[in-house]
Parts: sequence; C-alpha cells; structure tokens
Amino acid sequence: MLPIIEFDGLTVSLGGREILHGLSGALNGKAIGLLGPNGAGKSTFINTLLGFHKPSKGTVRVHGRDVCSDAMAVRRMIGYMPENEAFIAGMSGVRFVRYMAELAGLPPDEALERAHEAFFYVGLGEARYRKLGTYSLGMKQLAKLAQAIAHGPNLLLLDEPTNGLDPPARLRMLQLIREIRDTPGMNLVLSSHLLHDVEECCDEVLILNEGRIAALCNLEEERKANRKFLELETTGDENAFAEAAEGMGCECALFSRGRMKIVLPNEIELRQIYKLAAEKGVQIRRMNHRRDSLEDIFLRAMEEPAQASAAQVGAQNGCL
Amino acid sequence: MAVYKRTYRRYDGQLTAQWSRFLVLTRYSLSTLFDSRPFTAFVVLSAIPLLLSAVIVYLSHSAAARALLQLNDAGRALVEIDPRFFRQVLMNQGLFAFLLTAWAGPGLIAPDLANQALPLYLSRPFSRTEYVLGKMGVLFLLLSAITWLPVLLLFALQSGLAEAGWFAENYWLMGSIFFAGVLWIVVVALVSLAISAWVRWRIVASVFLFGIFFVAAAFAEMINGILSTTRGHLLNIAHLIFGVIWPSLFRLGQEVAAANPHARHRHIPAAAAPLLPQPIPLWEAWVVVLVVCSLCLVLLNRRLRAREVVRG
Repeated sequence: MLPIIEFDGLTVSLGGREILHGLSGALNGKAIGLLGPNGAGKSTFINTLLGFHKPSKGTVRVHGRDVCSDAMAVRRMIGYMPENEAFIAGMSGVRFVRYMAELAGLPPDEALERAHEAFFYVGLGEARYRKLGTYSLGMKQLAKLAQAIAHGPNLLLLDEPTNGLDPPARLRMLQLIREIRDTPGMNLVLSSHLLHDVEECCDEVLILNEGRIAALCNLEEERKANRKFLELETTGDENAFAEAAEGMGCECALFSRGRMKIVLPNEIELRQIYKLAAEKGVQIRRMNHRRDSLEDIFLRAMEEPAQASAAQVGAQNGCL
Repeated sequence: MAVYKRTYRRYDGQLTAQWSRFLVLTRYSLSTLFDSRPFTAFVVLSAIPLLLSAVIVYLSHSAAARALLQLNDAGRALVEIDPRFFRQVLMNQGLFAFLLTAWAGPGLIAPDLANQALPLYLSRPFSRTEYVLGKMGVLFLLLSAITWLPVLLLFALQSGLAEAGWFAENYWLMGSIFFAGVLWIVVVALVSLAISAWVRWRIVASVFLFGIFFVAAAFAEMINGILSTTRGHLLNIAHLIFGVIWPSLFRLGQEVAAANPHARHRHIPAAAAPLLPQPIPLWEAWVVVLVVCSLCLVLLNRRLRAREVVRG
C-alpha cells in the first residue's frame, strides 16, 4: 500500500535560506501529527505538500503523486485549513463555503448542499447566513474547517486548528478532528505546537527541529511498547525496598529525600509494589504512575541533536 | 426544512470541467459587484449614450421621424454614419468602460490579499493563471457589455436600415469594432488588476489608475511642448490606443494624417519638413501597449503567490 506522504531528500530553500534539509521518510498514519518549535519548518512542510513552495532538491509524494509534476491531482485530494485568518471579504458563511467547494470542482447545487452540511457539521448551522466578518475567532476557525471539508477531500491538512480557541471550542474542534479521522479512507495531517492536541488526535507523529527530522514515530506502537514508570516519595528504608524491587525485575533509581523512580516490567502489577513496601516497612507518601507521554518523546527529540540520517533510518523502525 | 446528518462524508460525485473553473470566480465577483445599487445604476447609465446613438442612426434613415422632429434634410448630413461615427461611439463607451474599471477593478484582488485568501484559492485545483483569468473575466464581460457588443448591435441596426451595398462596403468594421474594444478592455483590465494587486486601499488604487491615464497624458503633453516632439505620447496609453492604433483599425487614414505634426504646420516650407517632429509610428504604439501589458503580468506574477517569501 502506498504511503500517505512520502518524501525523499526533501530540501526547500526560501529567500536564499535552506529551511528543510534533505528530509526523507514515509508517513502512513491515519492522523499524522506535525510537531516542532517555532521555525522548525512545519508550515514550510505543509506549504510544500500544497505545492506553494517548490523543493530545491528531492521529492514529495502524496498518495503516490508528485506534488510538483502532478500538483492539480494532489490538490484535488486535499482539504486545507490555513493557520492565519483567511476568508473572502463580504460573504456570508455558507456562500463562502459554497464558493470554495465550487472552486474545488463541485457543481453549484452540490456545492450549496455540502456547504450547508459542512456548516451544520462543524456546529455553525445557525450562523451560516451571517457575514464572515461578524464571526468570532472561534467561529472563523470552524468556518475554515467547513471550507476545508466541504468538497470531501481524502487528505485534510490542518495548520494549528485550535489556535485562539477557548477551552470548549477547542474540545469541540478536537472532537470534530477525531470524527473526521475515523471516517474510512480519510487521513489528516495536524500541525500544532500543542502536544496535547496531537496526542489526542494522532496515531503518528513527525517532529521537526531546525528543518530536520527530530523524531518520526507511531504513537500507538510507542504507547504499547513504553514501559510503565512509577515516581515515588517514601519514608523508611528505601534502599532495602529498592533492592527488593530490583529482585522482582524492576529498575530503580534513588534520589535524595526518599524519592525514587521505578520502571515496571509488564508482568509486575502495582499491587505487588504496595505489598513489597508493606513488607519492608516503607511508607509511600506520594506515587505518580505514568507512561512515556508525547511530551517525553518531544523533549527527548529536542534534546538530541537533530541528525537527519539517523532519524530517517529511525523513521522505519519507530521512535528515535 | 432539510435535516442534515451531522457526519463527515466524502464527495465522489461529478466534478465540473477544469477549464470552466475560472468562471466560478467571475460569476461570484460579478454577483458581488451587482449587489451594489449605485454600481448597477452606473452600468445602466453607461447604456444611455448607446441609445442616443441608436436614435441618431434611426433618424438618419427615417425621413418621417426627421419631419416629426422638424429636422430638415441638412440635419441628416450633420451625422454621417461611417467608420468615424462607430469609432466615436466606441470611444465614448471606452470612457465609461474606464470609469467602470476604476470602480470595480481595485476591489477585485486587493481584498483577497488583505484577507489572506490566496492560499484558499490556490490550495484547490486552481492555478494562479486561472485566478487572473477569473478576475479578468469580470472586467471583460462587464466592459464588453458596454463597449464592443452594443456597438456591434448598432452596426447591425445601421446595416439593416442602410441601402443595399452599405454592409458589403463596411463589413470589415465588425472586426475593427471587436478588436478595438477588446484591446482597450484588456489594457485597462490588466492595469487595474496590477494596481489592485499592489495597492491595498481601494480608493488609492482608483486614484492610481486615474493617475496612470490622466497624469501621464498631462506629462506627455508637457514633454511634447518642451522638447517639440511627439514622443511624449509614448507615455500616454490612451493616446496610443485611441489616437494611433484605433484610427488604423478603423481605416481612418486622414485622422492619422491629422495627428501628423506636418499637417499642423502647413505654413512651414516643405524644405523644413524633416525638422518637424515625426508622428508616432503604429508599430511603436503597439510595442508600448505590449510592454505595458507585459509589465502588468509581471507585477501580477510577483504579487499573486500563496505564500510570500521574505528574502534576507
């Protein structure tokens, strides 16, 4: 099966400066998160997928089609929600979305029907006849999502879709993204600097740093593979407790003031740790039980020097 | 009331032909323009001179109507329906076309740039060329409707009323009317779109458009006066089109001669004629018009990008 997005030696230079440095990899997830600090090259990567920037070297393919030589066919498959405020002046919401759908090739009647549907779907049904200029920021974000989906694309590019949204609107947006993701045959790329948004919606993540791949991993597999961590604060004989825990197959690291970190093997249950503590007369004052989160992955990727070649090999094998 | 199922569904129905997509843009822009009543009123107003011209054509062929209006036969001779008449009507309409362009043109591209709408257009199977064609289409349809199209109808009216043989002698005028009208439309449309792409404020863009045509004309006259030349007219696009290219399209040789400075200086001895400024040759006028159009296309090409790249 063809990867959703495939890039090989992708180099993009803008204004005489190289922004993306020879990226290679393949993205196969249903929902692909694009992460990175400001200036990492996320927007440049999305703009290159849309054909807005031409690669100076290398190739990018979407569903097997080259974004340069087959730009129209690629754009036919794509729905794009830009990061910035972008709309057509003086139009009502539904007219705007109908217009965009017609430009994507839908006949006028179909476009009108789908514009109404898209507006109801994103929850702006009651406001669809209002001028776009009167919409709040949250409504404009939803209208942008409506125009991106009205023509029924099979790849949705969402550039910072939760920017400027209040918590309820953000939850609504994330819920919509998850619903769209779960539609058969639908894929999406979500560019965000909010780790939580990506963690909520995506099953694969591409982390960029200074125009290079810092990490490319399948979040689902990563979650399954990650070991469980326990962060403990104890009083009592923590050395004896740690020794006993290591005897059970755990890895322990002791810190000052009775703090310790234990890595649990899959077969060890929490109950056994409590039992062990009771046996050793150790009082557990605080316990934090967690798995490796996207935040850990992200921070680790940012700490490690971005090494393109290693990353690209890692792309095939999981997280770096 | 329709009840819509709130789920996302992909579209797998029929798509419109790719070549016709730019017309969507034209259709929506025209509809937005005609939402303005003053604009609609102005378009209607621009048809009045055409109606008057139609009345003149009718009067020139109807003795009964002339008698009713107490116009004698000398009145008929006042307006001769010939190529010059059609060129004059087209020129009048050209002025209206310019005013309409100054009204509608600046609002075509500038709002899209101000609202960062270009990525929305260009993320679809829609190219920059189609975008420009769509916006040009607005002005082309609008200006055609008040220039060469009605003048062709006027020509048809004259052909119907005139005696046999008039059409056979003047059928070439149809091509002249069409090409002359289209040339003017293309030039003013391109100039106004280029201004719209670079000047964000509508009023400033309109003023700029007037400046290019009228201030340049004044400047051209100044150069001609000071340097005793006609080359200043090379800066005056309207003069080049109306005064040099159109007379040749309408086969008005004597008009070209009138534009010749020799004709205005009959008192000067023939021996001194080579010292007088030469009229602008037709090819130079065409070159300037083509350069202006190319420059506008370059300006549009530089400005109409989905993403601006800051150099440095």
